[in-house]
Amino acid sequence: MSANTYVPDVNRRSKSSRAQARLAWLLITPTILVLTIVIILPVFQSLRQSLYGKAGLDPETGFVSDVEPFVGLDNYTAIFTDAGSRFWTAAWNTTLFGVVTVVLETILGVAMALIMHRAMRGRGFVRAAILVPWAIPTAVSAILWGWIFNQNGVANAILGQHIMWASGNATAKLAIIIADVWKTAPYIGLLTLAGLQVIPDEVYEAAKIDGANAWKRFTRITLPLVKPALVVAVLFRALDALRMFDLPYILIGPRKGSVETISMLVQDEASNLRYGSAAAYALILFLYVFIFAFAFTRITHADLGATAPRSGGRRGRRLPATVFLPRRSPSAVGASGAAEPTERSAS
Amino acid sequence: MASRLPRRRFIQGSAVVAALSAAAACSGGGSNSSGTSASAASTADFTGTGPITWVQGKDNSDGKVQERIDEWNELYPDEKVTLIELSAEADQQRQSLINNAQTQSDAYDVISIDNVWVAEFAANQWVVPLPEDDLKNDDIVESVWQTGLYMDRLYGMPFATDSSIMFYRKDFLEEAGVEVPTTWDEVKSAIDAVRALPGHEKIGGFGGQFAKYEGLTCCASEFINTAGGSFYDDEGNVTINSPEAIAGLQVLIDGFKDGYIPKEALEWKEEDGRNAFESGDLLFYRQWPYQYANNMAALGEEKFGVAALPTIEGKDFVPTLGGHNCGISAYSKNKATALKFVQWWTSQESEKYALETQTLAPILGSLYEDSEMLEQFPYLPTLRESLDSAKGRPKAVSYGDVTAAIQDALYPAVQQQVTAEEAISNLETALKALS
Repeated sequence: MSANTYVPDVNRRSKSSRAQARLAWLLITPTILVLTIVIILPVFQSLRQSLYGKAGLDPETGFVSDVEPFVGLDNYTAIFTDAGSRFWTAAWNTTLFGVVTVVLETILGVAMALIMHRAMRGRGFVRAAILVPWAIPTAVSAILWGWIFNQNGVANAILGQHIMWASGNATAKLAIIIADVWKTAPYIGLLTLAGLQVIPDEVYEAAKIDGANAWKRFTRITLPLVKPALVVAVLFRALDALRMFDLPYILIGPRKGSVETISMLVQDEASNLRYGSAAAYALILFLYVFIFAFAFTRITHADLGATAPRSGGRRGRRLPATVFLPRRSPSAVGASGAAEPTERSAS
Repeated sequence: MASRLPRRRFIQGSAVVAALSAAAACSGGGSNSSGTSASAASTADFTGTGPITWVQGKDNSDGKVQERIDEWNELYPDEKVTLIELSAEADQQRQSLINNAQTQSDAYDVISIDNVWVAEFAANQWVVPLPEDDLKNDDIVESVWQTGLYMDRLYGMPFATDSSIMFYRKDFLEEAGVEVPTTWDEVKSAIDAVRALPGHEKIGGFGGQFAKYEGLTCCASEFINTAGGSFYDDEGNVTINSPEAIAGLQVLIDGFKDGYIPKEALEWKEEDGRNAFESGDLLFYRQWPYQYANNMAALGEEKFGVAALPTIEGKDFVPTLGGHNCGISAYSKNKATALKFVQWWTSQESEKYALETQTLAPILGSLYEDSEMLEQFPYLPTLRESLDSAKGRPKAVSYGDVTAAIQDALYPAVQQQVTAEEAISNLETALKALS
């Protein structure tokens, strides 16, 4: 184990580093522009929209008014008072799906990655088979699972039961969780696989010589080394799961309290032309997801800082960062990843 | 630790991107909504000729709609009509039509709108008022004509109507030696009689579309209306909380409780129930007439028949009126052609074609007595009777909210989680909050 050889050289403030900073800004400007147009402006527009109510009806002409009234924070207070029970149900569903599906997907995804990573006959076939669910669009897989969970569907046939999945509370949630895990575990598997592939074989060989069994190698080498990739995968999945819309909408249907998520509230309000209230829901969801993401990165980050130097896995984990740091010698990096950083630093 | 910061920023940045697409999605519609309903409608002038589009839900008839449009295109090669098919789901059709109107796009000219949307589309001035003189004639069934009116002006010209009828398994009734029932009690005893036969012990009784969607509003309203209840009076006051409405809902709840309505029907939409009916798991089915052709193809004349829905406790069944109307988009460029097309599309010839090829219920009274049609569709008199006694759903500008309130309140009742009294009282509260 060749741990603790890397010492970060934080005191470099040379001319070249300032030039690099300028270059970095130059390179990042188009991204910032695009983000402003497609994200930051719409957010402020949503914020503005959420302060307006639904246009009224003129009883004389029977026509809907041209102007939407300014209602201040009424849309927000309504969410927590009049529409409170519906909102909290949706918030609970959102959280439940977010947490349960991601935990299950992570476990399954890592298992899939380990299987895909193994050198064996038919590996290409196994990889393709595992990735098929991820390749199917959510709407399509929702319809497929809708047939499976139909009262005359495959699920009931296999179980020998006559469960009415869609109209129950727990069964509807279960159906969503199963369908979502089936679809997106391969995604975590894929990203984890990418992480696995940069772990040098020598580490395992050394561990074997030291007498570490398979479980020890998994917990002490594989997991810590693959963690950076896994954390990103889990975060992405969690963000996606918190915004879940199409799967419950198609599989169970709109306005079903058993599976309604905050995204579905947004859609429902918008489709009934209450854009102000829809924007308010969307911003609450945004805030919720933002806080979640922030907390998640904080927590996993602290964890990384505590365990990584001891884990002996600096080298593999550092690889993505070295791509941006031309000054580092690539010699210490595993053979599989060495070529790319060298090329970049040369240019 | 130099590498840590960029990664963290990257992750947080991605979090924001992922989260915001939800927020961004709705703001697009919002910014437009304030400026949509300007001008256009009140001074509709039907000028402009040229190619137009006809926009409707998914055509399930194997291209029969396109064939009819081809005939028009041959007649008027300079005013070609292009068929645009939207989703099969009503909600998504409505959404597409609204999106189109809010972007003031001229992509849609003549649109097919469900008759419960007429008020909303008219009030938002997404469709223009139509000249009644050019479209009205005495042959149009009056209750059907009424569905196109908003504030006493015609906004949606009906082209297909709909009213529920009872489909039944003729073969099973004959096996049990039971006559076609005309009362709810006879329906129940017919179910008992068929269940007494070997092989049919588990047959579902009387099915309907009781999943939590528009079908529930239609089916549950029928029980409430039949018992003498109503949702609104003529002035638009909420009148749902009446002993009659509770009694009507109670009949429906009892149907589930006593096993005469299969509990599977809690998840049935039109097609699910049809599958059960065709595979012999259901004796009676409350269904729209457009399914006649499908059932005929699957079962044949010996196995199924069509009758009026049964009277309940001495009161005639009050079916729910469905159907579709033609509206002309306020943003259409070729409104003269559009109007000419609506006239043609609702002509007797077109109505007859739609009945023959798609078993759509015609809007014209004469077709229900046409001997040629009667031979092909012996259920027409039954349907006509149903139409004449049918009741429309509430005419509300925000019908989406009204039907959602009805479904939210009544679904727990048919699931037997709340009593009829509680459900009706909840519904009253919800409807009052909307008006």
